[in-house]
Amino acid sequence: MAADFNWAVGGEAGDGIDSTGKIFAQALSRAGRHVFTSKDFASRIRGGYTAYKVRTSVDKVQSVVDRLDVLIALTPRTIEENLDELHEGSVIIYDGERTTMQDVEIPEGMIGLDVPLKSLAEEAGGAIMRNVVALGAACEVAAFPIENLDSALEKRFKDKGQKLVDNNKEAARAGQSYVADEYDHEFDYSLETTDEDYVLLNGDEAIGMGAIAAGCRFYAGYPITPATDVMTYLTGRIDRYGGHVVQAEDELSAINMALGAARGGARAMTATSGPGIDLMTETFGLIATSETPLVICNVMRSGPSTGMPTKQEQGDLNQMLYGGHGEVPRFVLAPTTIDECFWKTVEAFNLAEKYQLPVYLTADLSMAVTEQTFSPDAFDMDEVAVERGNVVDETTIDDHMSDSGGFQPHELTDDGISPRAFPGTADGAHMSTGLEHDEQGRRTEDTEMRVAQVDKRNRKVETAREREDWSPREFGDADADALVITWGSNEGALAEAVDILDDDGQDVRVLSVPYIFPRPDLSEDVEAAETTVVVECNEQGQFADLVEHDVLERVDRVNKYNGVRFKADELAAEIKSTLAEGVEA
Amino acid sequence: MSSDIRFTDFKSDKQPTWCPGCGDFGTMNGMMKALAETGNDPDNTFVVAGIGCSGKIGTYMHSYALHGVHGRALPVGTGVKMARPDIEVMVAGGDGDGYSIGAGHFVHAVRRNVDMTYVVMDNRIYGLTKGQASPTSREDFETSTSPDGPKQPPVNPHALALASGATFIAQSFSSDALRHQEIIQEAIEHDGFGFVNVYSPCVTFNDVDTYDYFRDSLVDLKESDHDPTDREAAKDVILDNEKEHQGVIYKDESSVPYHEQHGVDEDMSVLPDGAPEGATDLVREFY
Repeated sequence: MAADFNWAVGGEAGDGIDSTGKIFAQALSRAGRHVFTSKDFASRIRGGYTAYKVRTSVDKVQSVVDRLDVLIALTPRTIEENLDELHEGSVIIYDGERTTMQDVEIPEGMIGLDVPLKSLAEEAGGAIMRNVVALGAACEVAAFPIENLDSALEKRFKDKGQKLVDNNKEAARAGQSYVADEYDHEFDYSLETTDEDYVLLNGDEAIGMGAIAAGCRFYAGYPITPATDVMTYLTGRIDRYGGHVVQAEDELSAINMALGAARGGARAMTATSGPGIDLMTETFGLIATSETPLVICNVMRSGPSTGMPTKQEQGDLNQMLYGGHGEVPRFVLAPTTIDECFWKTVEAFNLAEKYQLPVYLTADLSMAVTEQTFSPDAFDMDEVAVERGNVVDETTIDDHMSDSGGFQPHELTDDGISPRAFPGTADGAHMSTGLEHDEQGRRTEDTEMRVAQVDKRNRKVETAREREDWSPREFGDADADALVITWGSNEGALAEAVDILDDDGQDVRVLSVPYIFPRPDLSEDVEAAETTVVVECNEQGQFADLVEHDVLERVDRVNKYNGVRFKADELAAEIKSTLAEGVEA
Repeated sequence: MSSDIRFTDFKSDKQPTWCPGCGDFGTMNGMMKALAETGNDPDNTFVVAGIGCSGKIGTYMHSYALHGVHGRALPVGTGVKMARPDIEVMVAGGDGDGYSIGAGHFVHAVRRNVDMTYVVMDNRIYGLTKGQASPTSREDFETSTSPDGPKQPPVNPHALALASGATFIAQSFSSDALRHQEIIQEAIEHDGFGFVNVYSPCVTFNDVDTYDYFRDSLVDLKESDHDPTDREAAKDVILDNEKEHQGVIYKDESSVPYHEQHGVDEDMSVLPDGAPEGATDLVREFY
């Protein structure tokens, strides 16, 4: 793999860190370089420490690593927070004229570039552009052609007028020249450009785009980190395709609005995080029992309760699998990469409608707010298929009427799948209810009908098991004795960890599982391996428990629950030491 | 087609399990008649109900319907209307469903002014759980959970609606069949959120707010010089604690319903079998 370059900008919330980082990431992407970004942020509007990190290479990058080559530090704390990642020769760009940075000490072995960011920005037209001055300085250090930065600045500011674009370009050049003129130093970096076309997006955006592609027309949600970006993405965009977003008064309302739209025949979705799922669980049984297709997106964050709202965790697996009173059939999908967020969203809508049940689509904080470059072909809209399942119209409804002439939305069928009639369909009027019901949807407590309806709902799951592909993604060495299983967003870090382990002489086979329920039967895989390690971002090993339950064999576990995602190098070391210790019997 | 529709077409084959004499019979009859009279038929009507005695109404009516969870009927109705502006949406619930567990949704549904009719069957008691105080129970109304009365003022639903920006506020009485139907009809025809609180007496657990009580105390606004388009006059009626009123209390004739304000006019149930036209533009935005 070509050398990667790791860059960050950090300061206080309110310093414009996010947009500064995004501009740099965009510039790299537009220069035909692969980019993988990550954010350190706090749940506050101003103050605190926040950083935007960019890893870039001409090869694919899909993880963060414990290394930082160039850091733009707007506060002393930015340096302190990143001491572990900075190394000998790392460059720290800062503004020594800023009161808080006057006495800053550059750690030994590192290169401090004191650039008067604010003064140079003022000369270019306004102090607000000081971060852009820093970006220009970073371009000089990284030997990255500044024209690429121009392109990103144009994208960012073109709506605000050419004057502002020009000022920003000038500010960037002021930073670039300052470093060139004041520091007679040969830096080690050279960020080459390529002719590749890339798009740069995060997991929430991929989910939102997937929803529109899949024909989702109605979204109701209540803002919550880290799911809000799904709603902000859809707002204004879904309208262009005949859809609408409602910001509901709470999550209870959001899921019920989505339920209503789905009963109206629309493809509907809501997205939230764990605390919102708690509230939505109230309505979950109704959705399942009334056999309503609905996609519920859970972008997980650290819990329980308010937990660490801006930190990573995969702790809601059991909640999604078992939440709600009674026995409720459901599907749970967990895309493992950002491009898969798009495709699994499309799949979630198809599964929801084909099997007429709620589908949890779960991502997690680190994937939701992480941006990554992809070829635009990764989102080929011609590949999107909309499968609506068994929907009847005026002509086909006759086959699904009871002897007394009522439509049967819960008809007892061999595969468990009943016909669906949208409002407005002649002779299709029927009741949908959370009460146990007969084939027509009428309340019943008849013992035989109760059993028949429960069995019918479960039969849909069995049908789906048979008809759909629930395979995991496999990579690494297919013949390795060591098997590593993971789910959700850990795949990227694991893919890079496999390369590191390979260099280290340790072969592993990896199964990355995007389907939590129904899920692939991994019995043969686990039995064939000498050691199995399940990697996940939680303390209890919720997926490892499922694997053990399925295969009736103990597995080993690598868990992380400090609020930070796995990093490739760290994960490689963890897996290696776990394999060395052997299975805990 | 709709000219052939009779109100009995809105009746299901399920016999109501409401107590004999329950006000909900009259409330439901008026709803069915109003729906038929306004040119609707069961196949283009969606009735949403919550939980409680009132929540059973969808079971006894024949239409597209959803019997939801407690207190959330209004959000469901909102979703149906957004997806299907072509469908007539009627939401029904009780005073507990609407003003207690669902009070938050009531305020926001009123604010949104979604084009649907909201019928609250207000009996000032929790009936299905056998007689506890409801949010509209009188301060001194003795129940199993309030032996000396709730000792808190009842919710004034009309005031709540007016304060939340309602465009249609009305009160009817289930046993005054003609007026009740007429008022529901007007709510259906209103462009926006048509809110009707219906006095729907509970003959089993409420011996205070009885048929006789309402018959004796109700003042019909139609027979007064009340101007429902006058918001100040409406406020006076609503805050008058000395009298019980029936009729249309307030009506904003310039009301523009939510879906029109937001340009939502398509039947969202109709989809292509692939990504929508122009979807590739979404990918290009990420360059």
